[in-house]
Amino acid sequence: MNLEQRALTETDKVKKSKLLTALACRFRMEILEVLHAKQTGHWGGASSACELVTALYFHRMRIDPAHPEWDDRDRFILSKGHASMLLYTVLAHRGYFSPALLGTFRDIDSSLQGHPCMKKTPGVDMSTGALGHGISVGVGMALAARIHRKDYQTYVMVGEGCLDEGQSWEAIMSAAKFKPEGLTVLVDNNGVQLDGTSDEIMPISPLEDKFQAFGWNVLPKTYDGNNMDEILESFDALDRATSWPKVVVYRTVKGKGVSFMEGKNTWHGAPIDDTSFELAKPELEKAYKRALAEVR
Amino acid sequence: MGETMRDSYGKYLAQLGAVRNDIVVLDADVSSSTKSIYFAKAFPDRFFNVGVAEANLADIAGGLATAGLRPVVNAFAIFLALKSTDQIRNVLAYNELPVVLVGAYGGLSDSFDGASHQSLADIAIMRAIPGLEVLVPADADEMKRALDYALDRNGPTYLRLTRNEAPNLSEKFGERSAGLDIRKIRVLRQGSDVTIAATGMCVAMAGRAAESLASQGISAEVLDVTSIKPLDIDSLAISVAKTGHLVTAEEHSVIGGLGSACAEALAERGLPFSMRRVGVADCFTESGPYDRLLAKYGISAEAIARQAASLA
Repeated sequence: MNLEQRALTETDKVKKSKLLTALACRFRMEILEVLHAKQTGHWGGASSACELVTALYFHRMRIDPAHPEWDDRDRFILSKGHASMLLYTVLAHRGYFSPALLGTFRDIDSSLQGHPCMKKTPGVDMSTGALGHGISVGVGMALAARIHRKDYQTYVMVGEGCLDEGQSWEAIMSAAKFKPEGLTVLVDNNGVQLDGTSDEIMPISPLEDKFQAFGWNVLPKTYDGNNMDEILESFDALDRATSWPKVVVYRTVKGKGVSFMEGKNTWHGAPIDDTSFELAKPELEKAYKRALAEVR
Repeated sequence: MGETMRDSYGKYLAQLGAVRNDIVVLDADVSSSTKSIYFAKAFPDRFFNVGVAEANLADIAGGLATAGLRPVVNAFAIFLALKSTDQIRNVLAYNELPVVLVGAYGGLSDSFDGASHQSLADIAIMRAIPGLEVLVPADADEMKRALDYALDRNGPTYLRLTRNEAPNLSEKFGERSAGLDIRKIRVLRQGSDVTIAATGMCVAMAGRAAESLASQGISAEVLDVTSIKPLDIDSLAISVAKTGHLVTAEEHSVIGGLGSACAEALAERGLPFSMRRVGVADCFTESGPYDRLLAKYGISAEAIARQAASLA
């Protein structure tokens, strides 16, 4: 069995967390390689959400890659669409399309657009890229579940930069009104936007209090979104929480895994030069090997 | 007084709701004005009032549409076009989602509320979005057919309505044939000297203009253009090839609406023709009674007739 199959089938929680960690480490290497090869794309926000998206697709979500349009599937909206390379990498290895396609990222005629496009890429539930849309669309998807009496879940991942958009708060307010069952927002709070830190560009703290004040069911703990044990713990906490809509705030590190890129806004979307790539690669390989050793 | 178009619309939407359970209706705190309130009262479980938040309004509709529902979005035309442009383009149109966008209070019809509420650029904006079709009905019958069409389309449609009493074209021009595609131009009156292509409330004005032109010995052909996008270029070209002259008439800025669409299409056909556009010049409008406001800003049967006579 490969790592993907092992992660999907493992029932022991401790082992599963380690398998998912190793998988995320491998995805992160692959993302960096493609972004370097293509000299375009967004590293920082892909890396920060790598564990989270891996955990969603290899542990949490009820999906069938052979039937991406399945009516009863759980939905995922990557509202921070610039992390597209992360979503593509996870979807490919989850079986939605051939990983060989990943190398065509952002090419002319490729099914892998610069930002996710649901009309072109199997498994993408909503096209994103322009920020601020995700929660609104998620409200609509979750309300559709209510109307159709379905029990699928709708997960929306936003970055804290995505929450600068006024529409996000229109959506947050409306979700508190309609209380759609199954709507969960996951905040990838990596604290760094394109132009600088979020504290400099647009302070968002206290984020949990804001969601609370808007009437959401906020998980009481802020989780480490780069730590698989904590992510799985947050999923358990979501299952225990009863009222809708729900939100989990994850503290993450932008550019996670490459020491000199971590927390730097310059690595939001800059092309990865050869020198930086050569320095970064061994760091990610080391982390992957360490994670693999845990599951041997 | 006949029924206002918004009342006819609201009642018809509620009627459709009874036979189609895939219709969901959304409004941005103006359901009493748009008249989506009839549907809201009849089907509260399929109605969502999202408050004064047009961006959120359009995107929630997008989410509902991904799951097979047929959302009908209601807001004032100007706010739908200006405050949810990104959502209409990037979520609804880009993903070819079957959402009907109903712009209430189109043109100058929210006359007393003034320039802030008058929608004179919505057609231009909507027309520039790929995959979005733009329909402007001229009476209640066209509104119903346009809504039927939009609800069965696999993509987003902008339906621009007027606040006020709509003329009844059937009385003067006969019933629209049931088989006529809403996207096709309807020739309301045959003529040989000048073509008048009109949309929305200007269609009835064009009919009156043609009568007055006839008394001056000018034979005007009147085209009822419900669909500005796609534009029925063939029918338009046949008429203009015959008359050599075109007057367009719309309750919209002369920039980017029906006049622009016709000019672009006919110029590419290489037809020799002269043209005048009746519409609001590139300026801001103001408050006032609807008819007087239309007239002040150059939209009337008289203005249409004057322009046509200057060409013919």
